[in-house]
Amino acid sequence: MRTELNTSMSLAKPDSQALNKTQKIAVAIGVLGFFILILATFNVNFPNRVFFLTTSLVMMSLGTILFANNAYLTKTKGIKNDGVWFKSISSRGIWGWATGILLTAFYIVLYFKAEWLGLASKNGENTGLVALFDPLSRLLNGGPASQWFVYGTLYTVAILVFGYKFMLKYRHNRYELIRTGSVMFFQLAFAFLIPEFMARLNSDTFHLPYYDLKSIWPLNYYNFEQYRINDFISAGNIGLALLIFGIASIFIITPILTYKYGKRWYCSWVCGCGGLAETAGDSFRHLSDKSQFAWKVERWVVHSVLVFVTLMTTAVIYSYLGTDSSKYWLTKNVFLLSVAGLLTFVFALVMIFRREQLAKDAKYGAIGYFVIIMALLGMHYFSGTDKVFLFDASTLKKTYGFLIGSIFSGVIGTGFYPIFGNRVWCRFGCPMAAILGFQQRLFSRFRITTNGGQCISCGNCSTYCEMGIDVRAYAQKGENIVRSSCVGCGICSAVCPRGVLKLENDSMKGRINSNEILLGNDVDLMDLVNQK
Amino acid sequence: MENIVIIGNGISGVTAARHIRKLSDKKITIISAETEHFFSRTALMYIYMGHMKYEHTKPYEDWFWKKNRIDLKFGFVQTIDTKSQTLSFKDGESLQYDKLIIATGSKSNKFGWPGQDLNGVLGLYSKLDLDALEILAPNKEVCKRAVIIGGGLIGIELAEMLTTRNIPVTFLVRESSFWNGVLPKGESEMINRHIKTHHIDLRLSSNLKEITADNDGRANSVIVEKTGEIITCNLVGLTAGVSPNIDFIKTSDIECDKGVFVNRYLETNIENIYAIGDCAQQREPIGNRRSIEAVWYTGRMMGETVAQTICGNRIAYKPGHWFNSAKFFDIEYQTYGWVFAKPKEGNAHFHWKHEDDTKCITIEFEKNSNLFLGINTFGIRMKHEVFDRWLTEKRSADYVMEYLKDANFDPEFYSTFEKDILANYSNQYKTAAL
Repeated sequence: MRTELNTSMSLAKPDSQALNKTQKIAVAIGVLGFFILILATFNVNFPNRVFFLTTSLVMMSLGTILFANNAYLTKTKGIKNDGVWFKSISSRGIWGWATGILLTAFYIVLYFKAEWLGLASKNGENTGLVALFDPLSRLLNGGPASQWFVYGTLYTVAILVFGYKFMLKYRHNRYELIRTGSVMFFQLAFAFLIPEFMARLNSDTFHLPYYDLKSIWPLNYYNFEQYRINDFISAGNIGLALLIFGIASIFIITPILTYKYGKRWYCSWVCGCGGLAETAGDSFRHLSDKSQFAWKVERWVVHSVLVFVTLMTTAVIYSYLGTDSSKYWLTKNVFLLSVAGLLTFVFALVMIFRREQLAKDAKYGAIGYFVIIMALLGMHYFSGTDKVFLFDASTLKKTYGFLIGSIFSGVIGTGFYPIFGNRVWCRFGCPMAAILGFQQRLFSRFRITTNGGQCISCGNCSTYCEMGIDVRAYAQKGENIVRSSCVGCGICSAVCPRGVLKLENDSMKGRINSNEILLGNDVDLMDLVNQK
Repeated sequence: MENIVIIGNGISGVTAARHIRKLSDKKITIISAETEHFFSRTALMYIYMGHMKYEHTKPYEDWFWKKNRIDLKFGFVQTIDTKSQTLSFKDGESLQYDKLIIATGSKSNKFGWPGQDLNGVLGLYSKLDLDALEILAPNKEVCKRAVIIGGGLIGIELAEMLTTRNIPVTFLVRESSFWNGVLPKGESEMINRHIKTHHIDLRLSSNLKEITADNDGRANSVIVEKTGEIITCNLVGLTAGVSPNIDFIKTSDIECDKGVFVNRYLETNIENIYAIGDCAQQREPIGNRRSIEAVWYTGRMMGETVAQTICGNRIAYKPGHWFNSAKFFDIEYQTYGWVFAKPKEGNAHFHWKHEDDTKCITIEFEKNSNLFLGINTFGIRMKHEVFDRWLTEKRSADYVMEYLKDANFDPEFYSTFEKDILANYSNQYKTAAL
């Protein structure tokens, strides 16, 4: 018999996947809460917005919490992936597609048609969904809500309640508990509350730009735009401190932390995109594509975005700098030279110390991109036009904002969770992840250690890797996993039934290893073969 | 070009093929009657449980085989003619080989129980078993109760699988405590309790008398020996171990006992024919090992070894220190070196168990010399490399207990218990020397 029976298509649906009574009640409560938001979107004017907004948020949270309690607390501690590939929502079934389409549509409206959500035109009053959030917005920052406030609130609530669900699911695993606590904290405090409170400080004479301190350039690709720089500089010492912090974040803090802990310190402990992926997106982590082809695409796309954002930011900053060095030391020319210098410095470091570690195509990629950047810079110097890199800076910025900032990170990145998995943006699109990953691959103490010969090639690790890393391919060779894309979520280690994987920070020496023959074998044979 | 043919695409055969390819340009053909591509047998349970789909259990993508010039042939070998070096397939085809590797694995044991071949009775070893299980026990409406016969690693896995679909399970175990032919008492009893917390109807010291059928010839109940109790059920899982899958070889000139007899070089009595993995039987057992080792890791190691021999570097199969692992519902188990159910003569056991009843360790050591012999660990991950080294260095039990934290492999931030373990050990055993 040559059957490749797909169990999810068995005639009788596995009964255990049906919702029980408590879960149905939980879903009903959540849906009712959500229904208030739908009504508001369709311009139902609620008499008491405070009451209805509170009711809506509380009911949605309560529904999720009740559901999670019933799903996990009724069972013993341990891995809870039963039926993941049978459930419609988590196996690209009808509910998965429906959710994906709904989310995608929401993102398109959010980014491009916010007035449909009730966002006021200039000097008007908010209506609809945005108006429903006005009371909370006034409470926090003193002003009316915007579509981004609505989004930020829902985003934060999602991370908190799904974070709770995640913590119950992995309550036997302290790494997961602490890590999830961390993303919940950073979302609530840094991404949501602090920027709103900072907005309260603003007056006619003092204005800080909206600043989520943990959102670092280049993820926060607009951080160094002219209006923000003007705000920073005109806001005195606080503003200057924030500006310096923004620059130090990427050039000093990030390299140090990534060296010590790998990119996980950011991607799965701090970052908001990662936070949503790890909590609300947890049910979709196994949907990532593990093929080698996907890996090739990933490397080209994510590094292209990084080049794009670097060019764009350089062009934007270049466009508003002056030319007279007597007025301000940082002129167009000085800036361009320093960018070129920095890139050359990094490039040289890599080529001198890590040349042998780079796979062939990565090296070609690095050389190619470096040549492009240098050529474009050169063109500017020799052509002397006002445009940099042949393009108008504002066009570059708009294109990036549209393609990467909106379409990639929002619409595809989150809208497509139920189809492509929860880390599509992080894996294929995020330029911050590309920088951190580059360093993680070459200059970091982080690795996932494998445990001798204990791997049974079962595939749980690869299946549940949200970044689409074929973890098993390394584990079954007894090879440590040192991959630029690994966000250190720790789930591969958690789902391993044989205790093979461990996330570790250790010395750089012997970090990348590879054995032809695994431990447990004849010692002489191992020596013979592994020496090669 | 020399033609290497491998019967069986499990871990043993595939490992042999991969290593032969690394070492040579020989023509390689792998034959299987089970699945077209190699998959991880140990992951079958996760397909039924919905953790993975079949495709996820394949360690190599489908293009891998062509790229590495390993031919895959789907077919059932019926006879081996060792004189003409020809394999005959069920469908009438035949295939010539220059060197043959038999890696046909195991089949589930059946001990002549009445009713053991009825519809509704199955083992859990192959992909075909899994497909049958999906049809027989898709949910608790179709399968109102399952009875599992045989308390070993596969039995407990089958119990876990059925539980995920809310199918009530009665688990008949011949022994007085789960797997106590292998596990020391403290561990075995902890697993008994863990099985019960998962709502399994665990019946210790219970044997199967017979399986009865309904009018359609489908199993409908199990009768227990001695008590005569009749347990109504729709599925019977036979998980009383496995034995070599070599029926078609027994008619050939290749010498067999329970398995295919091999010498230390994994060579059979016929030149150019080798046997590896579950189906191979050492003429003399190696150390404390069994003559037939039906374990993932040993299959892999035999594959690595035979590839050397076939490629001109004839070496013996000399496995290093014994190790193994398993998972009992939520509790992971690892073992390094030798810990026997009861300490061998002259040896002693030190047993420590956490109060939450999901973690424990047992070490076996020589009473007089304090030489460390092995460790079983439940619910605490340990480093293979460290124990392998300590066993090679012939460390004392005192030393191992003292430095146990160096072997810890639990994820970051986990609570550790080495201090408590050491304190317990010191109270009981520690020699004055340290």
